[in-house]
Amino acid sequence: MNSSLILRTGTRALVPVFLLVAILVLLRGHNEPGGGFIGGLLAAICVALYEKAFGVDEARRWLRLPPMTIAGIGLAAALLGGLWGVVEHGMFLTGVWPLYEYGPDGWTGWPVGSVLLFDTGVFLVVVGVVAAILFALEEAGIPEDRPEDGEEHS
Amino acid sequence: MTDPTSYKAGLWRFVPATVQAILFGFFCTYLAPVSGGQIFDYVYPWVPALGIEAAFRVDALSLLFALLITGIGAICFLYAASYFEADRRLKRLLTLMSLFAAAMLGLVLADDAITLFVAWEMTTLTSFLLVGFDHQKERARYSAQQALLITGIGGLALMAGLILMGEAAGTYRISEMGDLTNAPMYLVILLFIFIGAFTKSAQFPFHFWLPGAMAAPTPVSAYLHSATMVKAGVYLIARLSPQLGGTDIWIWTLTLVGAATMVVASFWALRQTDLKLMLAWTTLMGLGALMMGLGGGSYYAVGGALTFIVVHAFYKAALFLTVGLLDKGAGTREADQLSGLRRAMPRAFIIAMLAGASMAGLPPFVGFIGKELIYEGALQSPVQGIFAATASLIASALMIAAAGMVAIGPFFGEQKSPKEAPKDPSPLMWVGPGLLAVGGLLLGLFPQGLDALITQMTQTVRGEYGAPEVKLWHGVNTALFLSLLTFALGALFYRYLRAIQGSLIIEERRVPDSDRVYDILLNAMKNTAAWTARTVQDGRMMSYLRVTFITLGLMVWAAIFAGEGQVATLELDIPLFHWVIVAITAACTITILFTGSRLIAIAALGGVGAAIAVIFVLYSAIDVAMTQLLVEILIVAFVAIAFIKLPRAGTGALRIGDAIVASVLGLGVTFGMLAVQGADIALDVTEFFEQASYPEAAGRNVVNVILVDFRALDTLGEVAVVVIAGIAALAALRAGKRIKE
Repeated sequence: MNSSLILRTGTRALVPVFLLVAILVLLRGHNEPGGGFIGGLLAAICVALYEKAFGVDEARRWLRLPPMTIAGIGLAAALLGGLWGVVEHGMFLTGVWPLYEYGPDGWTGWPVGSVLLFDTGVFLVVVGVVAAILFALEEAGIPEDRPEDGEEHS
Repeated sequence: MTDPTSYKAGLWRFVPATVQAILFGFFCTYLAPVSGGQIFDYVYPWVPALGIEAAFRVDALSLLFALLITGIGAICFLYAASYFEADRRLKRLLTLMSLFAAAMLGLVLADDAITLFVAWEMTTLTSFLLVGFDHQKERARYSAQQALLITGIGGLALMAGLILMGEAAGTYRISEMGDLTNAPMYLVILLFIFIGAFTKSAQFPFHFWLPGAMAAPTPVSAYLHSATMVKAGVYLIARLSPQLGGTDIWIWTLTLVGAATMVVASFWALRQTDLKLMLAWTTLMGLGALMMGLGGGSYYAVGGALTFIVVHAFYKAALFLTVGLLDKGAGTREADQLSGLRRAMPRAFIIAMLAGASMAGLPPFVGFIGKELIYEGALQSPVQGIFAATASLIASALMIAAAGMVAIGPFFGEQKSPKEAPKDPSPLMWVGPGLLAVGGLLLGLFPQGLDALITQMTQTVRGEYGAPEVKLWHGVNTALFLSLLTFALGALFYRYLRAIQGSLIIEERRVPDSDRVYDILLNAMKNTAAWTARTVQDGRMMSYLRVTFITLGLMVWAAIFAGEGQVATLELDIPLFHWVIVAITAACTITILFTGSRLIAIAALGGVGAAIAVIFVLYSAIDVAMTQLLVEILIVAFVAIAFIKLPRAGTGALRIGDAIVASVLGLGVTFGMLAVQGADIALDVTEFFEQASYPEAAGRNVVNVILVDFRALDTLGEVAVVVIAGIAALAALRAGKRIKE
């Protein structure tokens, strides 16, 4: 591990906050700026920061699940969110809000349902794929027969 | 299970043959009504939006083919079940043959052009798998590939032809297309349909794949490459005659191609020593005769051709299976090593004699009727009569010699065979060919049963009334004299068979070998493909980016010039703060261009992104700004990691070519944005989203509601693409790692 002490300490302090914000952004996304994609990017930046501070192996352990598995779970969650609409309304990806009702006072109750499941899926896909590519990039070697990239002069 | 010699297939091996026999019985129930002129249509919707239906039609033409496919199918399946009794691959063989039979039935029964095409391709594919059945043998693989390529090209042409026909006629129902000979694309249609039919039915110059296809097991050759599949091209020509036939180019093309195939093939048949190969070449001769007859167009020519389809299917399948009997019972198919087997293999001998007599066209076999009708048809042709008659005469005489090779050669003279004690194989194997051989005789003696069906078929093909009478004795006429002349010539050819073979072997070296030409063409294609790939795919990121950017730039500029809207003028009266952002963006961009350090370039690139994010904020697109900023952060991180691994830094020198590309694209995007600003944008959708977002989708952030609700399907697709891109990136990066290790 050759990163600076400041980066490591800072990362320890910042990552939990970042993750909290990422989840907040995901949850509030339906009414305020945010959503699964942006939240996912924030969480991915967390992963990148952690990886830069502690190295790939430590970051993999920290994530517990392999990154592409996380992405796979996300894709499955998004699909499930869509299929929920099929069960409830007979139409793929139609929003289902079991605890949320529209009345004269606007929407009341708990805003959870298929749409949130779908957005969580997007979140997980973004985190998973970014982490996977990042780790692979860090671990990748330099191919020996690498073609010379754009060094000619015209 | 471990000892391959002890394998014996269970009773299941008779199931496919039984299925075919039941289907045969089913189609027989149509015989009476169809002979009476009735037609049965079965239509099911398939792709209604494109006007494609699964439409099937049972008329005389399709019924006859259906009967041949199922009837000869039952016999060949039964034969295969015994032929491969001790072979573990029997299951695969029977499955493939059953698939083929289903496809072939679909082909002849289809009334929808697309249905026909799909079935046509299915037969090509199953044929490929069956020719390559002995896939351990290089020769089998080569032949299978050749058959696939030749008939596959024909399939593509056929598809183009059928679609053009459908568009010209306004319907894909073949029976409703009407006369298309005056369609503006008639010649193109004809060309495509001919290529399809000629490749499938192995007409000159596409004939060479068929002898190669004899690498398939004998029951397959008898079924696919003699009785059914190779007749698909003939069927197609017959089926489309009402739509496309009767023109001069139709008549002459079919006559010339058919005659060339017929004569060339019958000569080369005599050259062969392998009896199966010899039969393959005579099959080519038969196919040529069929094409010529259908081209003739008179009712004798067409009726003769249609009768000959039946004749040929009977005797040729029987002979193929007989050669299989010889192979099994006596140990070889080489004509030189077989003789005098008439006592040792009496059943094979009788079958070969009966079928061979029909092939030679001797009365009272059905082959005689077929040949008489072909002569009659050739003589009645208005223009090409003498030509067609001469070609038929030569080919028929050579056929007699070929019939002698398979029916007389192996059975007379001194007994000789590689196997010590040659004998007939089990009854399950000879009963099928026996039925076919006896059927050929019975049909010749009682042709009345065939007559009604042939009459209906001739009408279907020619689209008007009038058909030849199918009967044994047509009286003393020119055709009869031609028949007598044929017998004399044929006997002469057989007498001097050795001499003819000898000279053909010498000739063989002088004529260009079709296989060689095919190889040269194939290699040329492979080399061109390799050259293109090398040239286009040089593996350098810079080249790919250049091509991408140039294309994008051209598209943007084309859109700008093609557009009719007003290009907005630049708004220069903006707050000072906005100018600052523009200045930062410009400064960062210039830094990227001229810095010698990659790290500085990356950081500057991040600066450009951040400045643009601020612009988004200024126009209150908070979501876009957040995304932009976060993506920018990740890009900097990623590019930094990637660039650190690249050994050389950029020089910072100006590269004029790249500068031009960048300017073209950059200016294009700028003008493109201005053009969009100047155009009227319909706001209906925007208004709908704004109004419906809260009451219907429970969200006030319209951007997010669009992403996860209104257009969630798009998002789902994008998310899937992200995962796929991730997998691809992982694969590419890991490949790089392996090279290092």
